[in-house]
Amino acid sequence: MNAIALYFRYIGLSLRGQIQYRASFIMQSLGHLLVTAIEFLGIWALFHRFGNLRGWKLAEVGMLYGLISMIFATADALAKGFDMFGDIVKAGDFDRLLVRPRSTVLQLLGQELTLKRVGRFLQGLIVFVWAIVSLPIDWTFAKVSLLLAAFVGGVCLFMGIVVIQATITFWTTETLEMMNAFTYGGEAASEYPLAIYRGWFRKFFLLIVPLGCANYLPAIAIMGRPDPLHTPQVVQWLSPLAGVVFLTIALQFWKIGVRHYTSTGS
Amino acid sequence: MRRYWAVISTRFRMLLQYRAAAVAGIFTQSFWGFVRIMVLEAFYRSNTGASPMNLPEMAAYVWLGQALLAILPWNADPEVRSMVRTGSVAYELARPIDLYGMWYARSIAIRTAPTLLRCIPMTIFAMFVLPLIGLGEWRLIPPPSVACGLAFAIVVVGAIALSCAFTMLVNLAVLWTMSVDGLTVIAVTLVIVGSGMVIPLPLFPAWSQWIFRSLPFAGMVDLPFRLYSGNIPARDLVWLMLHQWIWVAMLVLLGRWWLSHLTQRMVVQGG
Repeated sequence: MNAIALYFRYIGLSLRGQIQYRASFIMQSLGHLLVTAIEFLGIWALFHRFGNLRGWKLAEVGMLYGLISMIFATADALAKGFDMFGDIVKAGDFDRLLVRPRSTVLQLLGQELTLKRVGRFLQGLIVFVWAIVSLPIDWTFAKVSLLLAAFVGGVCLFMGIVVIQATITFWTTETLEMMNAFTYGGEAASEYPLAIYRGWFRKFFLLIVPLGCANYLPAIAIMGRPDPLHTPQVVQWLSPLAGVVFLTIALQFWKIGVRHYTSTGS
Repeated sequence: MRRYWAVISTRFRMLLQYRAAAVAGIFTQSFWGFVRIMVLEAFYRSNTGASPMNLPEMAAYVWLGQALLAILPWNADPEVRSMVRTGSVAYELARPIDLYGMWYARSIAIRTAPTLLRCIPMTIFAMFVLPLIGLGEWRLIPPPSVACGLAFAIVVVGAIALSCAFTMLVNLAVLWTMSVDGLTVIAVTLVIVGSGMVIPLPLFPAWSQWIFRSLPFAGMVDLPFRLYSGNIPARDLVWLMLHQWIWVAMLVLLGRWWLSHLTQRMVVQGG
């Protein structure tokens, strides 16, 4: 069986397992929707109070918010195996993955597709659709492609961060809470335009962990809005590539980590 | 009374073992603090006249929020959760001690020990390190007067009592539904919005202020934080305490009534 067919076999099993607890699944998805939707309630309230955010309108921020929410929910659902990698290492279960004649990345991705993240995805989608309907965007084929590319690039980027988080576990055995700053924290920071942050913060999220390339730069190009940061248009259109590059580097790092692995023996 | 004290101190000492996690948490919490302050500052500078809080008050609100995050009733007592799932909650019922009192005592430990571990390094960072690295305008200011500081210390006690009374309701929801879905998620959502952890409560629309102010969640962190920074004058202390302790009394009564109702006809999970 080739890798892709095997992945879908894994995921099929995971999904069937989750669907067994139907009521629990529905409650959890709704809960996820509710808990994440209050973030947007906060943004709405701030706009209600202050009117604008450095010249940005609610709908423009809504587009950034919706896009990053969908990206994060998807990456979070796909990369669950890497996210819980600390437990796998601690229990010594990684040994079992290593003796199977398939790549560790494939097996970890196949651990679980977390279905309840659909709640977060949906609320992101709702905000996103509302935003693009209220904004005067003249859609072209190129812009639709850019949007899809931004989505894929963003998912790659967040998966790259989770892969790095998992790789560090080879040395620490413990999942570092610190990495939450880049996953959950990065998502929260990207809900607002990158331009409102201080220079050092912006540079970090453009050049080191390029979260700005996931939603900010592509969204600016799609809205056709002048960028307060004066990035050239070429960069805006090529920005989704940053996520793919980031994931590639993260996977190289993962390979080094696997070679370094010593079992906990438990 | 001694029994409850024993419950508190054992759990407290157990929870204090997680020191490394607390230090690691500082990085993440500082990061969140920076994002929140930068967002609030950007809104503030976009339309300064519309703001009911000034910048140092906002910064104090954010950093105190990061330091005292663990005081909020985010979740049910994890041990109650596992006891309900495995059925060992039956042993709890058999003990010759008032169940509400015992679980309340455990809640006190759960809400204070992690808070104590996190608030000291977080406060040092926000108050003393920030000015050193050139971010002095975002620092946590000391209370503007001794009165503000004292009033803050007094309402923090009420905030803990309030938070524990609400934790008890979440515990009872777990006992009632035997799961953490549904009711607890709704409770957590209410806590996060109503306590001011999404955005500071004064920034919500003017027409909604009375709703937030009368709910119990305002007494958990929002009102104490604003008392600290002087956004609420220290002479309002009596009113804030009244708000807190009336809610504590009501939530405790509700919890006790619910618990006795639940224990009268309870199905214990077999294990």
